[in-house]
Amino acid sequence: MEAYVGYFLYLLSLLTVGGIYAIFALGLNVQWGFAGLFNVGIVGFAAVGAYTYALLTTASSTFHIGGFGLPLPIGMFVGMVMSAIVAGFIGLICIRLRADYLAIATIGIAEIIKLILKNETDITNGPRGVNKIPRMWEHFSEERFYSSWPMSWFGTPENWEAFFDSLPNWYWQPLFAGTILLIMYIIYRMLERARTAPWGRMMTAIRENEPAARASGKDVTRRRIEAFVIGAAIMGLAGALFAQHLRLIEPTNTFDPAKVTFLTWVMLILGGSGNNRGAILGAFLIWTIWSASELVITGAIDLISNFFSTLDPSILQTRAGFLRMMLIGILMQVILQRYPSGILPEVRPASPKADNKDAGSTGVTK
Amino acid sequence: MWDAYLFEFVNFYLIPGLVLGCIYALGAIGITLTFGILRFANFAHGEIMMSGAYLTWTVMAIAGYAGLTLHPLVAMVPATFLVILLFLGTDRYFYKPFRKEDTIKVVMASFGMMLIIRSLVQVIWGPNQIAFVRGIAKPNEALRDFTGNIGAMIIMPNKHLFIFAGTLIIVVALGYLLNRTRIGKAMRAVSDSPDLAHVTGINVDNVIRATWIVGGICAMAAGVFLVMDTQMLETTMGFRMLLPMFAAAILGGIGKPYGAVAGGLIIGLAEELSAYPWIGGAPLLSPGYKTGVAFAIMVVMLIVRPQGLFKGRSF
Amino acid sequence: MTQPVLSLNNLKAGYGQTEILHDLSMFVNPNEIVAIIGPNGAGKSTAMKSVLGLLNITEGTVELNGEDITDTPAQKVIEKGISYVPQTNNVFVNLSVKENLEMGAWTRPNGVEERLEEMYVLFPDLAEKRNQAAGSLSGGQRQMVAMAKALMVDAKILLLDEPTAGLSPKYRGEIFGTIQKIKETGVPILIVEQNAKQALGVSDRGYVLVDGANRHTGTGAGLAADPEIARMFLGGGH
Repeated sequence: MEAYVGYFLYLLSLLTVGGIYAIFALGLNVQWGFAGLFNVGIVGFAAVGAYTYALLTTASSTFHIGGFGLPLPIGMFVGMVMSAIVAGFIGLICIRLRADYLAIATIGIAEIIKLILKNETDITNGPRGVNKIPRMWEHFSEERFYSSWPMSWFGTPENWEAFFDSLPNWYWQPLFAGTILLIMYIIYRMLERARTAPWGRMMTAIRENEPAARASGKDVTRRRIEAFVIGAAIMGLAGALFAQHLRLIEPTNTFDPAKVTFLTWVMLILGGSGNNRGAILGAFLIWTIWSASELVITGAIDLISNFFSTLDPSILQTRAGFLRMMLIGILMQVILQRYPSGILPEVRPASPKADNKDAGSTGVTK
Repeated sequence: MWDAYLFEFVNFYLIPGLVLGCIYALGAIGITLTFGILRFANFAHGEIMMSGAYLTWTVMAIAGYAGLTLHPLVAMVPATFLVILLFLGTDRYFYKPFRKEDTIKVVMASFGMMLIIRSLVQVIWGPNQIAFVRGIAKPNEALRDFTGNIGAMIIMPNKHLFIFAGTLIIVVALGYLLNRTRIGKAMRAVSDSPDLAHVTGINVDNVIRATWIVGGICAMAAGVFLVMDTQMLETTMGFRMLLPMFAAAILGGIGKPYGAVAGGLIIGLAEELSAYPWIGGAPLLSPGYKTGVAFAIMVVMLIVRPQGLFKGRSF
Repeated sequence: MTQPVLSLNNLKAGYGQTEILHDLSMFVNPNEIVAIIGPNGAGKSTAMKSVLGLLNITEGTVELNGEDITDTPAQKVIEKGISYVPQTNNVFVNLSVKENLEMGAWTRPNGVEERLEEMYVLFPDLAEKRNQAAGSLSGGQRQMVAMAKALMVDAKILLLDEPTAGLSPKYRGEIFGTIQKIKETGVPILIVEQNAKQALGVSDRGYVLVDGANRHTGTGAGLAADPEIARMFLGGGH
């Protein structure tokens, strides 16, 4: 029985992190898939969302500014807004320029954000990071939540304490995973609507033939900034969820560009850029591969170090992690060259004006 | 005139700034050439620099086992060939397939290469810092005594003299190549207009190869100069250099090698001088924000003058 | 009958899937200036690019001195002696005049210096500006650079895509004068022109292109005098 709980919890954690990555990938899909904007600073937007959420929702602390102990949804919402503001700033400067400049600027802003997080120790606790970030559902079992409203309306702190003691200590896991998947689904539905709405068709038109879109009087730059900001807001939300999942965030290892920006890109490209379902599929697929390969490699290293006692398994372990990253990189190159449209190719929204022979044909490998 | 303040300013801010500037300049030359000729921002450039430094260290270590003590500038020569091969191989297998497509795909591929090369280095050499050369670099005595006698003492270790001399030689050689040789002129021509170069009959593939070789040599020198200066090998150093190098290339104007040199020197100086106590006794800007200086300059440039100081290509 | 230097035989070609040339046939004989005229979008420039292998040719052949060069890559075509001057962006603006000409001589095995001197004689304006950046020259002078650059190789034929577009009448005359001088050096010329009247004036023969196929063929003077063509293209003073 215990073992099954273990598998169940592993599955839940796959769904949780996979879901968070799926939200990142959906955000990226708005920027890249819809609008063709090359953002390699995903990690920066994630950090803005995560830190905003963390500082707003944690209990008052001497290590960093706040925490302000605000309700969790407010933290997440402000995280989105902050991320959107940063994106707006970058977008206003770079979107009128060629895509390469946006790439450079996004990678730059991500580094600057990390620099600020590292250096402004009074605000962010610097490299030591922010701890005890409240996680949805689990946070109800914290005293500061159940001893204040609205929970205090329904029971005394003693009752709540007894109630949470009676639950298995992983009670929050299915709820947390479920909430993340629900958020992911809501974002997915909203993006699907946006994609088939005039806004989405306009984005496609701009991406495929910018001069024509410009000539027909469309404010291309404005539309692009919109897509960039919306995508960044989604990434900020994913960052806030990421912070909840981890509960402790710090600038360097948590927000490693390889593990956030790069993995998200591989997910989107594998799943199929321009296709929201593809983004979700790619995220779960890559995350499962990533997570399962860690288990496999750890097992293999244990096995090897049993035979060769001179080897230090911890060294092998770190090196194997890099080897994994390298293989993911090669996977990305293979997808880019051989399967540029991914598993689920983009389906162009049916437009009342488009002629039939064009519809649905884009994105298919030529 | 040469009081304690000026002594401190020149020796502890100006010279380190110029050293850093030389390193950025060499790196930015490669970036600006690839951007100008192949039309894409190569995100893997910093990692190739980094791997070049590791290769140089390895050559030195192997020679060390054989009882030879090689100067980094000597060990760099065989390592340069490997780096050029790495550049050419990367181009052949990862960039060339996208030559006729939207350039953003190549940018993506180079972004992937960035991770692949760094991970490879981490697999081979491990993620931890490695001492490149040990010991404290002593100032060059002849220079110190001479400048001390004329009342403007400069204390500069030999490694900095090597870096200045090396940069100067490379920049002069590059100038000769671009202005006097056939392939160099063709590189400028392709940078000017690839389509016209194509219908003029210029062998664009050869020009691209030459670009990688020139960029490889400069990147190699930049990587080795960097570790000669910091005396420390780190797998993150390539990524750390990337933003200042891009900033230098954009500042100087894309496709303008001399612009990249000027841009590199300006960025290097600005980073070091930003920590000088210009007002009051504290550093103007916390040293932790040095990288931010490059980014700030780049952002201002993109707003005010995206074509750069030397009127490079603006897209 | 003499063998034509260049001939396009029943060509069907276009960009990707879009067919622009439907059935095009034309030829250029030695020592001839041949003009292609026609309304916008008739496929005049496309016809020229099809020679260079820059297009997707679905049917028909291109022959150079009887040799089939259909679908040969541009670089090979140029090595075979077809020189092409694009309509716009036809000089390297950051290179000096001399460097531009040197680039033009890329496929020339030797004798570059001598050829340079010959070009300075043919284009005296360029001689004194040889060390200036081509980007600093006027439109007409740039056109001269572009033509000189194309002639740096021993061209078997010179293709000019609208050499007088956007130039003042003074320069137009000068360019057409130079074109005749080039012909006298023994290089046949195929020229695409908007300024139909002037172009036909210097041409030995002309083709009128409409909708990707040749509609009229004749001598330069004959076409210029044809009332129907005059009504179609020449009336507007273009």
